[in-house]
Amino acid sequence: MVAPALVLALAATGCSAIGGDSASDQPASKRVVLVTHESFVLPKKLQKQFEEESGYDLVIRASGDAGTLTNKLVLTKDDPLGDVSFGVDNTFASRALDEGVFASYDATLPAGADQYRLPGDDDHDLTPIDDANVCVNVDDTWFDAHHLAPPAGLDDLTKPAYDGLFVTPGAATSSPGMAFLLATIAKYGDDWPDYWQRLMENGTKLDAGWSDAYEVDFTQGGGKGDRPIVLSYDSSPAFTVDGDTSTTSALLDTCFRQVEYAGVLAGAENPDGAEAFIDFLLSHDVQAALPDSMYVFPVDSSVDLPAEWARFAKQPTDPLEVAPADIAEHRDEWLREWSDITSR
Amino acid sequence: MRRALSLVGLAAVPLAVLGVFFVLPVSGMISEGFWTDGSFDPGAVLEVLARPRVHRVIWFTVWSACAGTAVSLLLGVPTAHLLHRRRFPGRRVLRALLVVPFVLPTVVVGVAFRELIGEAGPLGFLGLDGSAAAIVAGLAFFNVAVVIRAVGAAWESLDPRPAEAAAALGASPAYVFRTVTLPALRPAIVSAASVVFLFCATAFGVVLTLGGLRYSSVETEIYLLTTNLLDLQAAAALSIVQLLAITALLAITSRLRAVPDPTLARSTARPPRPSRGDWPGMVATGLVLLLVGLPIAALVVGSLQVDDGWSLANYRALDGTGSRQALLVPVTDALVTSLRTAVDATWMSLGLGVLVAVVVSRRSRSRAERRARGLLDGLFMLPLGVSAVTLGFGFLITLDRPPLDLRDSLLLVPIAQALVALPLVVRTLVPVLGGIDDRQRQAAASLGAGPLRVFATVDLPTMWKPLLAAAGFAFAVSLGEFGATSFLARDDHPTMPIVIFHLIGHPGAMNYGMALAASVVLAACTAVVMLVVERLRVPTVGAF
Repeated sequence: MVAPALVLALAATGCSAIGGDSASDQPASKRVVLVTHESFVLPKKLQKQFEEESGYDLVIRASGDAGTLTNKLVLTKDDPLGDVSFGVDNTFASRALDEGVFASYDATLPAGADQYRLPGDDDHDLTPIDDANVCVNVDDTWFDAHHLAPPAGLDDLTKPAYDGLFVTPGAATSSPGMAFLLATIAKYGDDWPDYWQRLMENGTKLDAGWSDAYEVDFTQGGGKGDRPIVLSYDSSPAFTVDGDTSTTSALLDTCFRQVEYAGVLAGAENPDGAEAFIDFLLSHDVQAALPDSMYVFPVDSSVDLPAEWARFAKQPTDPLEVAPADIAEHRDEWLREWSDITSR
Repeated sequence: MRRALSLVGLAAVPLAVLGVFFVLPVSGMISEGFWTDGSFDPGAVLEVLARPRVHRVIWFTVWSACAGTAVSLLLGVPTAHLLHRRRFPGRRVLRALLVVPFVLPTVVVGVAFRELIGEAGPLGFLGLDGSAAAIVAGLAFFNVAVVIRAVGAAWESLDPRPAEAAAALGASPAYVFRTVTLPALRPAIVSAASVVFLFCATAFGVVLTLGGLRYSSVETEIYLLTTNLLDLQAAAALSIVQLLAITALLAITSRLRAVPDPTLARSTARPPRPSRGDWPGMVATGLVLLLVGLPIAALVVGSLQVDDGWSLANYRALDGTGSRQALLVPVTDALVTSLRTAVDATWMSLGLGVLVAVVVSRRSRSRAERRARGLLDGLFMLPLGVSAVTLGFGFLITLDRPPLDLRDSLLLVPIAQALVALPLVVRTLVPVLGGIDDRQRQAAASLGAGPLRVFATVDLPTMWKPLLAAAGFAFAVSLGEFGATSFLARDDHPTMPIVIFHLIGHPGAMNYGMALAASVVLAACTAVVMLVVERLRVPTVGAF
């Protein structure tokens, strides 16, 4: 009685969301469907540019983080969610390759991008698009004010001088947190559980996600917390610029490299469109827009970085690495052991 | 025969919706766990249940949800009395404000809570950060509004005369409450408690953010297993635990919920002013205001600060896309999307909810009929108790081919939200409909009224207020829903909680400030909607 009347009234006033445009009406050959994670942002202008130059309509389906994305692709590999995917990173790539999610496409890489290729991906299923390093960051102003030298590397974080100063998102719930666990595995090998034991004994605080750690507990975050050492990115110092200097810096010996890849989905309805989109992601315009849009570095070394990035966002020359196949094989086991140590 | 047909007829639409958008995806996802490499392998799923970690997770979920429900009830019931049975200036504003937490995205509330109780916060000395107590407080923060509204709506339409008569005969206020008021309210209280329990047991962001990483609940565990480890067997095992637990809960509550005396007269007498005897309500209301008010105050203060000074810059920035293009669409666009989606979700859940409530609350003539109605009642509660991750992944793998190729549909988000809101709508309506004396309907029918006319003259006048309350709820749920929406929303049409999540997840003081400001705007919108709903009441109830 009430409900139908309400429906009529609402439909008449037009304040309902239904009845808008629907991109799914177009024939498959005219559109490219991109499946990606929720951090994917590409300026509208560039999206238009792609559509005009290639003649395809771009449909974007974005949700979840890199892990969610990878598992979605694995679960739907027989009936793919779209034509092309962006956002599977080197910590999840092996799983996607093992499951045969991608079809090979040997794109022409821009200058300097070859070093970011996924080890073991001989068929070129995945094309590197951007990279970012997860590094320990320190609040330099805090250490100045307390007349204390900031820590220099992972070893220092377990020293009594830095007791209760470090906060990091957890490996089980956060992808930078996982990257940090991998950094310690790369550095300490089989002794990593021992290192984490000492880290926890030295008053390390674990949070659920990056925003909990950085924005609430870090002294330079939005909430003005009380811990001057935090796990974040190599680009983070470019966001804490105060006048002529940055108030924070990244410890470049603690970094784990995360590379994000794009690939043509096996069984795509529009593989030509998918390849065109990957070429577009490698184009100069998109590569130049990556820092501002997605907070990552372009793989194209010839692209100019934004001024603040060029000055304050230093990249490590030799980041810590773990082979993707090892990650795929041991992820469960490592996470379980890590959970045991940190909840003790 | 005709009765059976009309039962089936009324239930058909809600059942079809539930079948396609809930049963199909969830069973699709669970069967992924049972079928490994093409062969049926239930042993692996059962083995998961023997893991010690799984026992810990289940135990924590049960006790934290019980504690969260108990605190919500202890604070909510007395507050409902003061806000719905007493007359004082500003009570409508208070009622509207107390619903606000319900829509706030957990990620922001987590931040607001932690700014208060964190090591550096004003309440840091309590040492609550990362403790189980913080999780329970967070659960109560979100859910106390459910108790206040559901119990308040029932209390409001309760005839005060039996209680007055008992008091006149010398019963003390406590005795009156225990012997007269409580039995009459029991269906509403049990209804509210069961919904709150389900919300608490499936809470996700609160447990993660406030518990640090020491605690994991079934919900957070399913998320980890599905999105990170792709351990579908373990996820399926936990999903089945969830389903079984809900079924048990529903069986228990359906007994407790039985209306003791359906012939209670309803009245809407003008409520009196508060008196000294109302101190429990005043104390509870004070506590609720602190619990709800402090984190919101922290949020508002944070949103008004830029570089250690006061400023409106965060709000002015909302019509843009964040510093350095953090967003694809301005926050204001997201607000419009959110409101439109909420309108759709509201009419969907009201339409379905009224049908379900009518089916469920009609007197049954036979045992089988009563069973069938009880089963239907329980069935529509299920969406509350199942993980949004399971549902989200299930949508992707089951709704992907014609005739159900809905992965692209704009309908998906409002439908998912309507399913989440549906149990609230049903639970708000059923106690009231169940309290209507069936003889009134029979009298109307014998005087020649058709079924629709009976509904319009007997049910509707009583249902009108709870219906408005339910509409407000559904709207609020839709505005704040994050779990399922984040899976289904299209990138070019994000809702507010998704935009806020995006803003707070990126570095830059501007983005942080905008996230807080956007949360305040979302909260304010909700409060306004709730106030309008309060104002919409029909002065002469039953004038049809």
